[in-house]
Amino acid sequence: MAERSFKQEVEKLRLGAGAEFRGEGILAVTKALLQAGVAYVSGYQGAPISHLVDVLNDAGDILEELGVRFESSANEAAAAAALAASVNYPIRGAATFKATVGTNVASDALANLASGGVTGGALIIVGEDYGEGSSIMQERSHAFAMKSQIWLLDPRPNLPSIVAAVEQGFELSEASRTPVMLELRIRACHVTGSFTARDNVRPAYGLKDALERPHRDVSRIVLPPASYLHEREKVEQRWPAAVRFIEEHRLNEMFAADSAEIGIVMQGGLYNNVLRALELIGLADCFGDSRIPLYVLNVTYPLVDAEFVHFCAGKKAVLIVEEGQPEFIEQAVNTILRRADLQTRVDGKNMLPMAGEYTGAVVREGLRKFIARYRPDLLALAPPAPVAEAGHGAAARVADAVHARPPSFCTGCPERPIFTAMKLVERELGPYHVSCDIGCHLFSILPPFNIGNTTMGYGLGAAGAAALNAPAARRAIAVMGDGGLWHNGLASSIGNAVFNRSDNVIVVVDNGYSAATGGQDLLSSAAETPRRATGNPIETAVRGVGVKWVRTLTHTYDVARMRDTLKEALTTREPGPKVIVAQSECMLNKQRRVRPMLRARAKAGERVARERFGVDPDTCTGDHSCIRLSGCPSLTIAPNPDPLRREPVTRVISSCVGCGLCGEVSHAAVLCPSFYRARIIENPTAWDRFKATFRAAVIGWLQPREPREARP
Amino acid sequence: MNASAGRVRPITVAILAMGGEGGGVLADWIVDLAEHGGYLAQATSVPGVAQRTGATIYYVELFPQSAARAAGRAPVLALMPFPGDVDVVLASEFMEAGRAVQRGFVTPDRTTLIASTHRVYAMTERIALADGRVDTRALDEACRAAAKRFIGFDMASLAEASGSLVSAVLFGALAGAAVLPFPRGAFEAAIRRGGVGVAASVAAFTAGFAAVVDGVPTPAPEPPAPETGIDDPGLRARLAELPGAVREVAAAGVARLVDYQDAAYARAYLDRLQAIVGLGDARLADEVARQLALGMAYEDTIRVAELKIRPARFARVRDEVGLAEGQVLEIAEFMHPRTEEIADTLPAPLGRWLTRTRWARRLADRLTRRGRTVATTSIGGFVLLRLVAALKPLRRRSLRFRREDVSLASWLDTLARIAAQDRALALEVASARGLVKGYGDTHAHGAAKFDILMQLATRLLGRADAAEILAGLRREALADEEGTRLGEALRRLEAELPGHGRVPARGPVPEAIH
Repeated sequence: MAERSFKQEVEKLRLGAGAEFRGEGILAVTKALLQAGVAYVSGYQGAPISHLVDVLNDAGDILEELGVRFESSANEAAAAAALAASVNYPIRGAATFKATVGTNVASDALANLASGGVTGGALIIVGEDYGEGSSIMQERSHAFAMKSQIWLLDPRPNLPSIVAAVEQGFELSEASRTPVMLELRIRACHVTGSFTARDNVRPAYGLKDALERPHRDVSRIVLPPASYLHEREKVEQRWPAAVRFIEEHRLNEMFAADSAEIGIVMQGGLYNNVLRALELIGLADCFGDSRIPLYVLNVTYPLVDAEFVHFCAGKKAVLIVEEGQPEFIEQAVNTILRRADLQTRVDGKNMLPMAGEYTGAVVREGLRKFIARYRPDLLALAPPAPVAEAGHGAAARVADAVHARPPSFCTGCPERPIFTAMKLVERELGPYHVSCDIGCHLFSILPPFNIGNTTMGYGLGAAGAAALNAPAARRAIAVMGDGGLWHNGLASSIGNAVFNRSDNVIVVVDNGYSAATGGQDLLSSAAETPRRATGNPIETAVRGVGVKWVRTLTHTYDVARMRDTLKEALTTREPGPKVIVAQSECMLNKQRRVRPMLRARAKAGERVARERFGVDPDTCTGDHSCIRLSGCPSLTIAPNPDPLRREPVTRVISSCVGCGLCGEVSHAAVLCPSFYRARIIENPTAWDRFKATFRAAVIGWLQPREPREARP
Repeated sequence: MNASAGRVRPITVAILAMGGEGGGVLADWIVDLAEHGGYLAQATSVPGVAQRTGATIYYVELFPQSAARAAGRAPVLALMPFPGDVDVVLASEFMEAGRAVQRGFVTPDRTTLIASTHRVYAMTERIALADGRVDTRALDEACRAAAKRFIGFDMASLAEASGSLVSAVLFGALAGAAVLPFPRGAFEAAIRRGGVGVAASVAAFTAGFAAVVDGVPTPAPEPPAPETGIDDPGLRARLAELPGAVREVAAAGVARLVDYQDAAYARAYLDRLQAIVGLGDARLADEVARQLALGMAYEDTIRVAELKIRPARFARVRDEVGLAEGQVLEIAEFMHPRTEEIADTLPAPLGRWLTRTRWARRLADRLTRRGRTVATTSIGGFVLLRLVAALKPLRRRSLRFRREDVSLASWLDTLARIAAQDRALALEVASARGLVKGYGDTHAHGAAKFDILMQLATRLLGRADAAEILAGLRREALADEEGTRLGEALRRLEAELPGHGRVPARGPVPEAIH
């Protein structure tokens, strides 16, 4: 299991009818799934839906009681494929993954699923990772829904609405025999709130029933002629059924105040910010009463023509607040109104930016523009414009003093020394083309390492360097994590390189976890867990697909060894891909595991030795080359205590975990003798104490008389 | 509905923090505080980034339960801060406070900005070749200008003193600022309900509260300039003769060189300095006094060994790692002397022999291929360093000493020659000496860049913009380690100066350097 415990969260899943559930949006979804009677959930972790996977991973007992199977899937394709269980049987199931990156991987299974359609409700929970804090390409999941005819929910971002969307999603799925996608933006996943719980429901028809009484229907399988039939079925039966359901159950909401001749249409997920913007302009209150009619699309695909015609009738213009591009909804609304011959103007991307997150400031500006065009009189009611502008002078003043602070490798991260070694190799042999993958190691592209040319996707590190195989003086290097390897990299990158006789070097970072997504376990994790099979070595796997040249280094902090191994891989005459498995435990997870243990042992009076590093400020000359080869958050700078020097000295702060990299770097890079390693022994044994006393006595006797100037 | 008058509005709180500073816990405390104090609360975050040391924003809105009850409906709360609509901004660090200002979250009509003024340096600041730190005065001015009320003090030191995180001090400062409608006791109760590290958090909270209510404990004034400890009356007398502006730096230089070698060496320093002091340019004299002292007290193996084994150094390490009573400390050094450093330490003829004799060099290379970890707290390790330190009396005969001596003499020569004609350029020539620092390759790169600038300085002499050009080149020299930018700048300069004579470096400078 992930080294973080989700016990508290798991307990919330047990809440019964009438109890108040408090927590984050994504946990509310988890609880809602159990309330909706799912029989299985599959998922691949990744922000912002990792919590769902983590909590279910830890909720084995509850799932067992309810007869629910949870699959910690190998990747999103596997997670989506599991929904096949809902094709033939009246079983509700859910799959979850991150954003378009997950949907991309899953789309093979999703397209097949959507073609044949489902019997039991199938819900795909997608954490949309768009805007601030996102780590992926900025695209919309919306396109996937449209291309495969999967219905797309985008509920208002509060817990009761989100929970209702889960329940309605299953019903909609069953009513229209179509999988349904629930899109939750990153902040909606992490928004706190509460809802009134209902009892969990044990599925009436379980997985056991399906296994013991299998049923097949060839018309549900994607092969001609059924596949042609499916397409017709989608548009002739499932789509109308969905529209009917959405209308009848009022999944979309209209907050229609007195007619203002204008209206605002928005994706449900944007509702709160739109309302706040209106409130700041003076046209709404905090309870949702707006002077401008609002039409909230909790279902963003399919759109309900009749509702649009109803909402737009008699209005001069409507504004579509739709985040991201292309503007699918706006285009569709134009078609709807044209067909209905309504003359209402459709504004959207002409008032709001085509690209980028719809932050508060952006939405407020767009609304202001829209209202100014059609009802400038309403703006007269606005309270004085916020004084954000007044701050501008100050904002300009700090421009030089505020630097970007992107995420980076953690203190003591075992991946850092790999890139330190690559830097040292670069100094000796010159620069290389480096193909990156997805994972924490991608931070190598930023300072101080500045290593890496491209990243083509999860598990595709070596595949991204596949074309770069040619008779040349240099080989390409690919980097991939253990997460990427098990996601699909073993086939797409390693197997592919073997089969195509690649000559490249592939570094597999084996830190024992799917670290970037929150420290989940993998096939090769060292941790033993009751519900998963771990402990399958990566070296065995890569040899299994035919790699001949493999070196496993079990201590990435040994920079000299890492450097020499890289050099060997880059220069060896041996043909075929050269794979280096760089193995050391993720420090974040290791600390979570080890620190409480050590603290307890020290408290119990046991001998505990810990290490940390330091820098002597009187030998440090302040050129910071050590930082340029590391970038560790614990390795920072401090004012120079030397009155003759101005440059800040390097300083190791107390968050240092003593990983050893600083010492290795000074050795390997011949840097400077300022680093020291301090070993602190708590509860020393009698022998420790004797040694220390004896040494101190001898050293004290040998020590030169203290010169006065040297005293701090 | 009346949207404009007497409307109930949420209290909005934005927390700007970095991963590992407890920003999430702080948001949880505020939510808990509010929910137990008759308010509805909603928090949002983007936690993926926060876990990995990136800057991130937590956002909390509070809304009075009574108003919601009266309306019979739940309020609709925003998921992110709107510029101009934030009541309280909590920033865990000074640059993050600046970021809040930059993003428009801090406005003079409503925002109370509570920030820790300590610095957690950004990567860009840390990897600079010299001093890349941003100007905190700009941050301070901006915070004061943008906020309705700015409460800023070093919360990190208070947190450290109580064994807690900045977040707990911030929470205390928030209570002290009395901007939220909850009494102090309610804040503490929220910490206690949180249940993790309660004692330390409450201590840090109390310190933060007190700092706001009773005023920040002003740090003790800087101790008076350290007693230089120069015993030699002759040196004292000569220092006393120097003009006031130079005296302080020169005294530090003298003290350094007495410690580094002996009083005679310090006298030599003053002799050399005299010529520059005589020019009557205080800035130039100050810079030369500084650079000359550093140049003469270059870091060699003897110096490093000596500094590593001093009792004061042991005490400093004990202090830095926070060694408690009854714990045992072991210290190990990471040293990688190569053949070059060994030869440098030997008497000049022997050193030259070592570098020029093939078999001896190869043998030394083989023996020094790997770095050594020397345990200074072990008897063997200590004795080794003690022996190296004992070579001090031989230093003035060493190969390195000869080299440094010639280099410094030539620098001072150039300096004197240029100072007679162009004071501004002379000052630049003096400052350029600062490029020479560090060990191993770092030192070699710096020295090479310095040599290039020295040659160029002589050629530029006579041009009105000479100092300006040299200053620009020094900045370029500090832009990267390998001298790529300096090389580009030199090539540009060459193109600009037709007929003025070739600049020294043609082709890529890295080659010139290696």
